[in-house]
Amino acid sequence: MERTFSKIKHIKKLFETKQVSCTELTSEYLDRIEEENKVLNAYIRITGEEALQTAKKVDEKIARGESLMPLEGIPMSLKDNISTNGIETTCGSNILKGYVPIYDATVWNILKNQNAVLLGKTNMDEFAMGSSCETSCFGGALNPHDTRHVAGGSSGGAASSVAGNIAVYGLGSDTGGSVRQPASFCGLVGLKPTYGTVSRYGLIAYASSLDQIGPIASCVEDAACIYDSISVYDSNDATSRGSRSKTSDKLDRSIKGMKIGVAKEFFDGIREDIKKSIEKAIKVYEDLGAEIVYFNMPQIKNVLPVYYIIACAEASSNLGRYDGIRYGYKSELYSDVNDMICKTRSEGFGKEVQRRIMLGTYVLSAGYYDAYYKKAQKLRGSIIRAFKSAFESCDVLLAPTVPTTAFELNFTSKDPIETYLTDICTVSANIAGLPALSIPCGFDDKGLPIGMQLIADSFEDAKILNAAYQYEQQMNGEIYKHCNGGEII
Amino acid sequence: MSWEMVAGLETHVELSTKTKIFCQCTTEFGGEPNTHCCPVCIGLPGTLPKLNKAVVEYAVKAGLATNCKIRKISKMDRKNYVYPDLPKAYQISQYDKPLCEQGFITLSSGKNINITRIHIEEDAGKLVHERGDVYVDYNRGGVPLIEIVSEPDIRSIEEAIEYIEKLRLTMKYIGVSDVKMQEGSLRCDVNISVRKKGDEKFGTRTEIKNMNSLNFISKAMEYEFNRQIDILESGGEIEQETRRYNSDLNITESMRGKEDADDYRYFRDPDLVTISILDEEIQKYKESLPELPGEKLARFIDEMGLSQDDAELLTKYKKVAEYFEKASDNVENKKITANYMLGSIFRRLSTDTEKEECNIPIPPEFLNELVILTEKKKINSSMARNVLEQMLDTGKPAKSFITEKDMEGIDEDALRSICEKAIESNEKAAIQYLDGKEKAIGAIMGYIMRETKGRADAVLAKELVKQIINDKYK
Ligand SMILES: [Zn+2]
Repeated sequence: MERTFSKIKHIKKLFETKQVSCTELTSEYLDRIEEENKVLNAYIRITGEEALQTAKKVDEKIARGESLMPLEGIPMSLKDNISTNGIETTCGSNILKGYVPIYDATVWNILKNQNAVLLGKTNMDEFAMGSSCETSCFGGALNPHDTRHVAGGSSGGAASSVAGNIAVYGLGSDTGGSVRQPASFCGLVGLKPTYGTVSRYGLIAYASSLDQIGPIASCVEDAACIYDSISVYDSNDATSRGSRSKTSDKLDRSIKGMKIGVAKEFFDGIREDIKKSIEKAIKVYEDLGAEIVYFNMPQIKNVLPVYYIIACAEASSNLGRYDGIRYGYKSELYSDVNDMICKTRSEGFGKEVQRRIMLGTYVLSAGYYDAYYKKAQKLRGSIIRAFKSAFESCDVLLAPTVPTTAFELNFTSKDPIETYLTDICTVSANIAGLPALSIPCGFDDKGLPIGMQLIADSFEDAKILNAAYQYEQQMNGEIYKHCNGGEII
Repeated sequence: MSWEMVAGLETHVELSTKTKIFCQCTTEFGGEPNTHCCPVCIGLPGTLPKLNKAVVEYAVKAGLATNCKIRKISKMDRKNYVYPDLPKAYQISQYDKPLCEQGFITLSSGKNINITRIHIEEDAGKLVHERGDVYVDYNRGGVPLIEIVSEPDIRSIEEAIEYIEKLRLTMKYIGVSDVKMQEGSLRCDVNISVRKKGDEKFGTRTEIKNMNSLNFISKAMEYEFNRQIDILESGGEIEQETRRYNSDLNITESMRGKEDADDYRYFRDPDLVTISILDEEIQKYKESLPELPGEKLARFIDEMGLSQDDAELLTKYKKVAEYFEKASDNVENKKITANYMLGSIFRRLSTDTEKEECNIPIPPEFLNELVILTEKKKINSSMARNVLEQMLDTGKPAKSFITEKDMEGIDEDALRSICEKAIESNEKAAIQYLDGKEKAIGAIMGYIMRETKGRADAVLAKELVKQIINDKYK
């Protein structure tokens, strides 16, 4: 009764049986991009030539009868904050327009060596700051389920590319939910791995202690396959630790007796229909033999302020380097070097980025440091301890991914604070460095996907992939039914 | 009532690791602008630092050599400020948990200058002003530094200079830096204030930034000391501010005041992990330290029998000290070796750099051989000096300038008959000597030296001459 939703597996079979060549497949994707991207705005840069070159190499390999590596020849997308040697990388910001990295991010290096077919760089909220992709200087990416809605943020372009079936999978980055939230909005699987398992080298930093690269895929099996390829120790990243084991061969394990924790605080203030969908999913887990453990986690009420203080503090420091001196945008009229830096930054950065830099500078300033930054670090410690103790009595935690479904266009610019609040369920995994995954678990009355989230202890990425896979199999594709991406090419 | 200087120094020492602190780029001085750079050290978006282990090792050694306590768990912090030569807009440094703390340097007077802390950090690039434009060269960016911060224990310019020299020599001896001030691998900030002698309280201080010459440091301190006294004596108040030394005018001038002091917004660098050092490692570094300059000086005086002055001159340059030790190996009276070193040899090493690099044209073994030959009385000292000059001119060993015959020496009987002959030929001088003209004996000695081609032992010959004259004419 097991059925696969894996696009990667399917494509590999097509290659093997010579039903389609990598070049044909790549061209088909590029054609679709030309058509669809006009509407979706998922890509901000298309790398068709490079894609076809790689495809040719893969076809030659197939012709020689050589076996292919796990992601070899699979057309994919990279979020535009992942550095690509020779390909403009802008972070969705005017300040980096024209910036062409001279080195590859480690993740891209790994995939390049696997002959992954890069279709292009995907749209994102400027410097990954936002929840709707609308802070991008290229305009927002739209939700393929309903283009009156956003794809989510900040990896909205990545999610839109996969849901719109103009990429098989995409790599995004998740600082406070930026992979899981758009995955949830677009009816996809999004994984934020344990902090340190995927190298951050070459990922243009937003908040260094929270950022983590993760896959957005159309099913659990694909997400696991991508995770296994990119979770490699990298000596260029001092915080890199690699993964402990391959996750993809552990998906089949029964979850009978698995203890799934549900903390009530994650459900405060979420929409009723979403709550109902999650409750249904919990029921499914019970049917699968899991044991549901309800408990309280009062520390959850602190996660948002802690997140915004730490993320903005680190961002204010990380974004100091964009001064117009070495690369990217530079203001044209200025009187001296200070004036140049000031004008470059005022003109180059968008409002949201400026807001967070100001906030971060403020909380680190003499006189405010103790009251904000230091206090936030202390609370971060207590949140980490709360999770540790939760994982003493359960294997995974189950929560909503977002309290809502995809926002309508222009919703967030009306109320930034309201938008910040929608990060409530996702940020705690970043604060504690934990692996977390979003998987669809239903649709609202507009047909927009609802996501649920599974969180595990550090380095237990395999556990959540296993739990998600079992749910996915049990649902027999129901959770993907309205999604474009559910169909294979 | 007289005024007293109160000063403390912040000394930046560039470490001589092969590669930079956070990447694999070379730390070599110079090079075409922006050629010793990579994406990491110029802080391109997305790059991450990776701490060079050798930097921690060097810094720990510097701490141990200055009697510091070593912190076993420490971390790196970001010091945020905007300047075009700082490509990340923050410098990775250490803030509240420096690697080394509570050390000291002992001056020759016996006074200790206490060291508050030594921490590691990265250097910035530099601005190049050319044809009215400003360019940035990031070759120095990411070169590892240690900052050695002293307590305000310094009371005079002389103490400041001796402290810096002692610090320099120590860093040189333990091999963590080449401490070349002209290349900026040792630079100082001076914190200085004045107070009435006998006062407990410190006055308001000013900071003079970034000086890389002992001469400028002493001039700047002198100027600033007098400036502050003048202000106080005319009823004014010292403003706490940062100043720079203008060497053209020999004055210090204000850079910025306290009110616009930087807020560096320090916080732990999330890209780097905790630095932890094991006891075994500290022990290993301790054992690997060479004899320090102070210890060597004491040994040169106590064991080698040198005078304080000679010992100081010979320990002032690490390579010279090493040369001296090799050259005096198996020598009984090491003062002889010291005399040769400080005489003929030092005359040829006229500059500091030459002494620093110990540019002596002969290896220490050659000098050693020569000294041993004189000690064994194979040749006499005046001949030895002559031979040494020839050795230094040609780079050849002593034996190339000494014949077998030279080394045969002249036995006492033969010498006695030569002396008799010499007196006979210089009777006039002999009689003058008897009349009390000591100097007259020189003519006789000259004759002997000519006769023996300088091989005669002058001391013995003189004794014999006196004896013979006394016997013969009295
Ligand atoms: Zn470098």
